[in-house]
Amino acid sequence: MIRFIAADVLPTEVDVLRRMGIPSYAPVTPAVRKLLNTAAAQWIELAEPRGVLRDVSSEEFALIYRGEGQNAVATPLQTIYPRAEALALFAGTIGERVEQEIQKYCGAGDPALAFVLDTFASEATSRLADRLASAFNGHARVLPYSAGYCGWHVSGQRALFTAIDPSDIGIALNESCLMKPIKSVSGMLVAGDAATHQFRPAFPFCEDCATHECVARMISVR
Amino acid sequence: MILQELHAAVEGGDAIRARSVTATLIEQAGGAGEILNGALLPAMALVGARFRDRDIFLPDVLLAARAMKASLGLLEPLLLRDAVPAAGTVVIGTVRGDLHDIGKNLVSIMLQGAGYRVVDLGSDIEADAFIDAALHAEASVIGMSALLTTTMTGMEAVIQRIVARGLSDQLRTIVGGAPLSANFAREIGADGFAPDAVSAVEQVRALVAR
Repeated sequence: MIRFIAADVLPTEVDVLRRMGIPSYAPVTPAVRKLLNTAAAQWIELAEPRGVLRDVSSEEFALIYRGEGQNAVATPLQTIYPRAEALALFAGTIGERVEQEIQKYCGAGDPALAFVLDTFASEATSRLADRLASAFNGHARVLPYSAGYCGWHVSGQRALFTAIDPSDIGIALNESCLMKPIKSVSGMLVAGDAATHQFRPAFPFCEDCATHECVARMISVR
Repeated sequence: MILQELHAAVEGGDAIRARSVTATLIEQAGGAGEILNGALLPAMALVGARFRDRDIFLPDVLLAARAMKASLGLLEPLLLRDAVPAAGTVVIGTVRGDLHDIGKNLVSIMLQGAGYRVVDLGSDIEADAFIDAALHAEASVIGMSALLTTTMTGMEAVIQRIVARGLSDQLRTIVGGAPLSANFAREIGADGFAPDAVSAVEQVRALVAR
């Protein structure tokens, strides 16, 4: 198990504002500033980031990736992982306490603070995946790939969880294959040169994708 | 004048001020409908317009919604007493297989702020549960949320069940969530698509008016 302190995955204000849809040119109002400060303080007090890593071979991952046979016919990852230098399974979570606080704010009629803290937590969870990728030693270009995205069916979580067993860090799967706590992340770390991660985002499921984050990810490892 | 104060408090996201001004208005025997229609709803409409113009952003909108809710907390008994009708009833939930609910919660609060009665079913909701709840609550709109590409297909299941149960003329559907697009919403036969909580209110308003 790899334990982090809350500050290790504390998002920057710029990242939180961007995730909330506030452009960099917009002034931060005093009211939003107060929300950001409150959320940051809550984050430091409540977050319990931790994760696990496990090296796997390409052959072992092939079985895990096949999962329950529900992946899309063609996916980016099925061409990416065979050309990787190294592979590792990963799982991480920021714990339940932040999630409970978000629910509390929603229930108390404070959607603004709930939203800002949720944004903090989402950004921090992404950052946690990056920290785990950094911990995958000796590989310059590592990207995380997760079930539930880009044609890797979410039911693939079952095989992944059987292989890595993140129950020690408090992550469980529900019957729908979603992780609890929600602010958790899992999947495959792929290490390789920039070309390893490149693909053309023209799969049938790309048409329904609203984010196209893959493009920024591919650029980030060039 | 004091209605303008309430308007300003809601627009500025000042929940404490909104509540105190509402209390004063009630003491002065202001009618619940007058307070709602003369200050609260126009303030939220202005907030929505400023959000659309990118003059303010979602946290500011949610602060305004919090102020609106603080005022409504005092006003609701009077609205019931005076039989001021809700703008409509919406059943809302996150579809089967998905546990993410922050977006749905925000939409729920925004709809309440716009004068709608909201029946929030929570997350991981079966298709027929949406429909049964809508029939029970006499809702005209079902709102569905999903955050994963693999669970957003659950929305189509709800729409197919509405058709199969012969309720297409009675129930409208609106969908939203990070991975969704207007194209996807059209393909599955949804009546509306909301990329954010503010447009969800506008979409519901349009669907209720049909």
